[in-house]
Amino acid sequence: MAVSTAEIEGVRPYARRRLRGARLLGLALFSPAVLYIVALVGLPFALAFLYSVGNVTVGSVGYRFVGLENFRSVLQSPAFRRALLNSFVFTICTQVIVIVCANVLALALRERFRGRGLVRFLILLPWVAPISLGAIGWKWILDSLYSVINWTLARMHLVNLFDPPMWLGEPALAMASVILVHAWRMIPFSTVILLAGLTSIPREIPEAAAVDGAGFWRTHFEITLPMMRPIINVAVLFGVIFTFTDMTVVYILTRGGPYDSTQVLPSLAFFTGVLGSDLAEGAAISVFLVPILVVVAALMLRIAYRAEVT
Amino acid sequence: MAGPRKSLLTRAGRPLVVAGFAVLLAFPFYWMAITTFKQTSDLYNLQNNPFVFNAKPTLEHLELLLHQTLFLRWFWNTTIAGAAVVAITLLLSVPAAYALARLTGRWGQRLGIGIFLTYLIPPTLLFIPMARVVTRLGLQDTLWAIIVTYPTFTVPFSIWLLMGFFKAIPRDLEEAALVDGLTRLGAFVRLVIPISVSGILTVVIFSFTLVTQEFVYALTFISSAEHQTVGVGVPIYLVRGDVYYWGSLMAACLITSLPIAVVYNLFLDRFIAGFTVGAVK
Amino acid sequence: MAIVETRQLTKVYRKGQAAAVHEIDLATRDGEFLVFLGPSGSGKSTLLRMIAGLEEPTEGDVLIGGKVVTELPPRARGIAMVFQSYALYPHLSVARNIAFPLKAHGVEKEERLERVGWAAKLLGIEHLLDRRPRELSGGERQRVALARALVRKPTVFLLDEPLSNLDAKLRASARDELAQFHRSVRTTTIYVTHDQVEALAMGDRIVVLNEGSVRQIGTPHEVYDNPADTFVATFLGSPPMNLLPDDGIIAGFRPESLLPPSAVQGEAVRLRARVTHVEWLGSERVVYATVDGGRFDGKKVIARIPVSIPATFEEGRAEELLVPRRQLRFFDKASGKRTAPPEIAWQ
Repeated sequence: MAVSTAEIEGVRPYARRRLRGARLLGLALFSPAVLYIVALVGLPFALAFLYSVGNVTVGSVGYRFVGLENFRSVLQSPAFRRALLNSFVFTICTQVIVIVCANVLALALRERFRGRGLVRFLILLPWVAPISLGAIGWKWILDSLYSVINWTLARMHLVNLFDPPMWLGEPALAMASVILVHAWRMIPFSTVILLAGLTSIPREIPEAAAVDGAGFWRTHFEITLPMMRPIINVAVLFGVIFTFTDMTVVYILTRGGPYDSTQVLPSLAFFTGVLGSDLAEGAAISVFLVPILVVVAALMLRIAYRAEVT
Repeated sequence: MAGPRKSLLTRAGRPLVVAGFAVLLAFPFYWMAITTFKQTSDLYNLQNNPFVFNAKPTLEHLELLLHQTLFLRWFWNTTIAGAAVVAITLLLSVPAAYALARLTGRWGQRLGIGIFLTYLIPPTLLFIPMARVVTRLGLQDTLWAIIVTYPTFTVPFSIWLLMGFFKAIPRDLEEAALVDGLTRLGAFVRLVIPISVSGILTVVIFSFTLVTQEFVYALTFISSAEHQTVGVGVPIYLVRGDVYYWGSLMAACLITSLPIAVVYNLFLDRFIAGFTVGAVK
Repeated sequence: MAIVETRQLTKVYRKGQAAAVHEIDLATRDGEFLVFLGPSGSGKSTLLRMIAGLEEPTEGDVLIGGKVVTELPPRARGIAMVFQSYALYPHLSVARNIAFPLKAHGVEKEERLERVGWAAKLLGIEHLLDRRPRELSGGERQRVALARALVRKPTVFLLDEPLSNLDAKLRASARDELAQFHRSVRTTTIYVTHDQVEALAMGDRIVVLNEGSVRQIGTPHEVYDNPADTFVATFLGSPPMNLLPDDGIIAGFRPESLLPPSAVQGEAVRLRARVTHVEWLGSERVVYATVDGGRFDGKKVIARIPVSIPATFEEGRAEELLVPRRQLRFFDKASGKRTAPPEIAWQ
């Protein structure tokens, strides 16, 4: 890009033009992505709210505003109330299990050792495999007749093989199974994140703690964990999102049964809105996901802000 | 070996913990492998020890899967859709990530965070209105429905990853190129992109894995078996009424999961680098 | 009884590779400031870390206070350490940082507060007790690290290049503070550095290390004036000692010993050299020259001549320079070690 003497002499207008040119280029590079997202995320997002306060079904052509009618009807349904409760229970239980396990595992994986690569491969499998395939794998393991878990427990004389626990058939066990599968899938993800956080602690800090007299537990709880807090928060927030908004595990394992006892908000929304063709009510159910998302987003922003300030 | 003398607890505890978790986490896949090769009579016999082969291993489930089901079709569908989605993703996110990393000041950061937040909007919130949009566009029951909608989660994620990569390229390099006579756009195309090949490749891999993982949209938009993806086809269609073809099912799970796992592992370190830069920004 | 003693201490990281630390024996003197000096890779940090218990020795023993501590973890050794990065706990206040070792040893809250106050007062950081490490300057962080080390009243302080991360300007004042600190507490201190100026300025004795072995132990005076081998001779002093090899013998003299005739009295050897380059540094001139004729013809030499000695040096011109005989040092060419002065003829 040749620069004329005139341009060099008129430095100010030249610089301004360069800046504007750069800004335009930035806009041009950026717009396609923004337009796409506005169209295919922003628009449906708005539509979700519109549907939830309107009267829409798959077949209907027009739109009629009905206010909070859908919400009223939804809140009265016991299936919905159960789904709302389940969403929270599953998410919280899963996260607790995941954070504890991921912490332990990350600590164990921190140092290099022989076979670490292979171990990492094995540990990542639940996260890497498509959710639906992992879930169906578990469905076979938890099968009412042929569950390998039941066979093993029977061998250890802990259960009766002819009256085995119905992992997916009894409400309490089914809930436990769903939580188990969620945790199984999330542990690798959280472990990887926590491991990254762990390795970002400079080596001299735990050494200083060792010299200062701290044993393993004190170092871990008073030094390591507090220093890892931001990254633990990130792992938890992502974990919450992925578990709270997931319908796949429930759909594949139990279809929400037995008797809606393992239903969660997203799966109920699916059954109502897509299979049941009641788009409006389905939308109303899924709208209940939004408060949680907002809280999580706010917390994430706070973490990002704090990280910038320090 | 570097480091201080380790206590017995640490030395003994670690392999136990690691082995324990590795076994627990990988067990379902081991189980998939065993189930794939066991004869049906062996599988459905309650008297047999499920951990061993009580009859000779067989390939019958594999044959059934590959020849008598639509598995290969689903695999193909997913691959095509994946390639198209990755292409769209790159086209949208590479320039956007560069713009965010370089050219816009404080606004850039706000927009970056905004993009990241859209990743948090789940398909299970959008799928109902999206279903309507897809039907209106006449794309229902085709792979196009997927190709058009999947970038909604691959693009924000990719922009976020790529921003990290681009930010790591020193500005001096581009400024040297500008002094040498390239325009900003030229510098981007001829300098930045070639340098970022590894980052772009990482994004390709992870976008593709996101595509293979997806379940909700495929389940919602695609109704016929021939057009379905592998993630939905396998758990839904390898069933006759109430009877699951477990042998073939597990074979399908294994065949699909392992390649993804291998590729994912190869690129994981790069991903972590991009992730930690992005998360704390 | 030496406070810190090592016996045949050895560290090999990988079998077959050269040892990082090779059979080192040393013993500190009570209350001294002992410096481990050497280039990177010399093993000085590894040696310190083995004394601290942060590295497990391959062979040999560490004794602290007369007791064998080789098998003991750091916290059982009665040591305190200041790291290169200071390793202050970022999430704790300065007060909590200083209190941490006391808390770890089960000291009661009352006594903790008292001791933290005492340490803070000694280092002049009482006004910083509520701050976080990230709010402190480099010098302030050093003081906090020292307070944290001090508060347990250890038998020995171990300092691992604490000045390396500081601004050049800051280093001099921080060095001074360290020296003052040592004078006031008089605890045996081992200090690791690669900077020979620091070593000469602060050390009571210096242990010069290279490639895992001790080359010389001595006072700053001893290692500077009477280096045990060519490594010590060139590592200490900047610019390094001039070394002129010839026929199995290396003759050495420091740049400040190479002077114009007007400045030298007594027995001296004569050297004729052509000036290639002169740096004027304000208080002295550094003259780079090449020997002109004689057995050392063509070798490069450096001279440091204070401005107070009137003389002019021009590039390209040959000069007559003298080295007082008592400043000459001789080294065996094969081993590099110091030998007695031979009979040689000069130009």
